[in-house]
Amino acid sequence: MTLGLINANPVVHAKKERVARTEDPHGDDAVDPLEIYDFVRDIRDPEHPYSLEQLSVLSEESITVDEKLGRILITFTPTIQHCSMATVIGLCLRVKLKECFPPHFKVDIKVAPGSHADEKSVNKQLNDKERVAAALENPNLRQLVDECLYSNEL
Amino acid sequence: MELLDGNLELKEIQNLQGHTDRVWSIAWNPATAAADVPAVFASCSGDKTVRIWEASPSTRSWDCKAVLEETHTRTVRSCAWSPSGKLLATASFDATTAIWENVGGDFECVSTLEGHENEVKSVSWNASGSLLATCGRDRTVWIWEVMPGNEFECIEVLQGHTQDVKMVQWHPTMDILFSCSYDNTVKVWWSEDAEGDWSCVQTLGESSKNHLCTLSGYHDRTIFSVHWSREGIIASGAADDAIRLFVESKDGLMNGPSYQLLLKKEKAHDMDVNSVQWFPGEKRLLASGSDDGAIKIWELETLPG
Repeated sequence: MTLGLINANPVVHAKKERVARTEDPHGDDAVDPLEIYDFVRDIRDPEHPYSLEQLSVLSEESITVDEKLGRILITFTPTIQHCSMATVIGLCLRVKLKECFPPHFKVDIKVAPGSHADEKSVNKQLNDKERVAAALENPNLRQLVDECLYSNEL
Repeated sequence: MELLDGNLELKEIQNLQGHTDRVWSIAWNPATAAADVPAVFASCSGDKTVRIWEASPSTRSWDCKAVLEETHTRTVRSCAWSPSGKLLATASFDATTAIWENVGGDFECVSTLEGHENEVKSVSWNASGSLLATCGRDRTVWIWEVMPGNEFECIEVLQGHTQDVKMVQWHPTMDILFSCSYDNTVKVWWSEDAEGDWSCVQTLGESSKNHLCTLSGYHDRTIFSVHWSREGIIASGAADDAIRLFVESKDGLMNGPSYQLLLKKEKAHDMDVNSVQWFPGEKRLLASGSDDGAIKIWELETLPG
């Protein structure tokens, strides 16, 4: 782990006002981007005490879902081009979505085009199932992910 | 080949539950391919265990005969039987490879191979069973010699791949080793003689001249497993939850073979298919393992009419 923050001065945005959602007449079956966004917007950044939404790492527009096929695509924007936490953010997103959605949903995670110096390499790692599985068995990484997901509840 | 003429179906024979996490790999015991011997296969899982399944002669269905647990401390990623069927090697994310022997119905861990710096991802025996190969995220391929008394000695640590090595496989008859890596290459390893050093004699990449054919446009997500049957049917299992079967086309071009889709089984499992393995005997059976924790046994049947 590197000492000192990678990005010591991130730009922090105010949280978007949450729109109260009316009851969906189709019941709980419908999955739309906002529903997914609600699950992930408050995930804490691994390095800073702010949410991914506050740091503009995620927005509602970063999510697309094909409910029929059961596929979710999330695109996120790391705060800086050489962000070494990109893979950790990816892991956090995966763990969270796995908790919230039925197991048959397939999730693809990418960095926004042009937002990272090693875009291709990072995208490959983010979506390599074997690498993700091994990473989540690493107790240190798992602890970091848990802190990002659950720190609000502590 | 009559396969192309017939109306074929991949019929689900059995759905085996037991593993409590995803099934990564399946391996049929080669010694159980004969018609009068109950067919046996091993499966390994993210639940850190290996299960041994045996066909019951009376019910003609598979039961779990043994659970190999409390040895690996992390995901078991790959398993392989020795050619004699007497030993089972299991490769794990815990950086070790365990060797198991069937001692009167109970499987005992008779040896643990250590050395890899991190996750071991694949293990393969050579044709004679005298050598074992392992590979992993530490970018190396290890060759182990099988010594008397279930001792294993590392005779070579092969460097060359620049990233994670995901799979190793020996040539079916010659002592030539293939490895494939996250660095997008396949390397061919060879030693001049028994005492000689092993070295990489060829690196296959996207534009290598030995490349014969690419089958694309069938699966729309990662293909995790491919296996060739005795009759030349290629089975593939992928993250689109499907299994596809391919055979060589009759009217291939003069300058190389071409393949066509024989049949597809969509929604073969509820989640990604990680492993497909043909039964090594005469019956056209296929085993598949999935992220959904299930193992399915399929039979390739000709439909009547």
